[in-house]
Amino acid sequence: MSARWRVLSCALALALLPAAFCEEVNLRLPKVVEAGQAFLIEGSGSGKATLYILGPEQVLKREVQLGTPLPIAAGTLCNAGHYLAILVAESSTESGSFDVAPASKPASLSFLAKPSRLPAGLRGAITGAVYVFDAYGNLITAPTPVSFELSSPSGAMQKHIVATQNGSAWSAMDSTSEQGNDRFVARVGDIETERIVGQVPGDPCGLKMNARQSGSELFLSIDPVRDCNGNAVPDGTIVTFTQVFNGGQSTVDVPLKRGIAEVKMASHPGATISVASGVVMGNQIRWEK
Amino acid sequence: MSKSILILCSLFAVAAACGSAQATVRVQATELQGPRVLSEQTKAAAIRDYLQSWQILGQAFEQNRADLLNTAFVGTAKDKLAATIRQQAALGIHTNYRDRLHDIQIVFYSPEGLSIELLDKVEYDVSLAIGDKDKTAQHVSARYVIVLTPAEVRWRVRVFQTDPK
Repeated sequence: MSARWRVLSCALALALLPAAFCEEVNLRLPKVVEAGQAFLIEGSGSGKATLYILGPEQVLKREVQLGTPLPIAAGTLCNAGHYLAILVAESSTESGSFDVAPASKPASLSFLAKPSRLPAGLRGAITGAVYVFDAYGNLITAPTPVSFELSSPSGAMQKHIVATQNGSAWSAMDSTSEQGNDRFVARVGDIETERIVGQVPGDPCGLKMNARQSGSELFLSIDPVRDCNGNAVPDGTIVTFTQVFNGGQSTVDVPLKRGIAEVKMASHPGATISVASGVVMGNQIRWEK
Repeated sequence: MSKSILILCSLFAVAAACGSAQATVRVQATELQGPRVLSEQTKAAAIRDYLQSWQILGQAFEQNRADLLNTAFVGTAKDKLAATIRQQAALGIHTNYRDRLHDIQIVFYSPEGLSIELLDKVEYDVSLAIGDKDKTAQHVSARYVIVLTPAEVRWRVRVFQTDPK
């Protein structure tokens, strides 16, 4: 090689040297990927580098060959979030960001139902709230229809369909007229979660007292006690008989036994006798005998 | 000013505990779905506890200590963040998250009072340290969806997730 060619070769090599050391590395990332799906990350250039994928939700590290697409396998990046991809090469660091979105298919529901026990026949008294998650526990924020279904022991059903907003939905139901256990179901596609809501009889309705003389005493009894929907009020419920007479008052609390309450009280001519259970008043009798 | 009332909340002493610069906090007017009324005290407590969770997250990630998360996180959120910290520790890296701006709106208070959902347009700085060397720092803007549930004495973060919308 001539001296002239040697000089030219050296000059060319020196000119290329900085470019080789400071070779620009470009990172090509998807904008959004679905949780758990496979995708590719590409870093241009040549040589080896280390790729970090960082987010509060997950961290990955991969050794990469620049210029060769790096596949991120399905099931690797599963947590929805905003991620930074940082490519650390020998002489430079390049970064970018992308989002991992929740998978579109619901896999589980978080279902909050309240109360677990309440009187029959109340309007809007049962509420349910739902959060919808994918198979990786990510909250699915895209609107998703949720079916709320409340069915009574006899099979009567109330159904509301509500679309989620930001991953949540709620509904209110009436307690049914029958006592017993209702099934409260939240359903998204073929995913359902069930809660049992116990319905007990409501307050007594139409408390009716009868009175008759029994020897020197007054015998008081009430008809079988039911709520306004016809459910038998449970034994043990307290019924209060009150007799007000000239200059005095006597009160007797009697628990229901087989649906009725009976008591004997001293007879006072001209007395006024009333009956009540809780806040519910029954009829009133004026005893003249 | 638009319908949403921006309240600059220097009231929230976000970073008092750790001495770092306070994040700017804006709280949008509440537009709740759901029948339950959100009292001002409950709202203030939920936001205060949520903002504190960012401080705790920052400390836990910086020190690679998952146990620090217990105070502020619960359930899925805690499990995922703790797993990330364990991954970081295994890889020999540290990340430093510093929240700079929060723009918060409470969007759902569940009827039974057991969860509050809020949206937060967050700006934060995140830096990566490999071993003892700082490698890069980035400023990030993201929209977070947060679900808080009540614990013994505070609200804890149960869902902590960005929404790519």
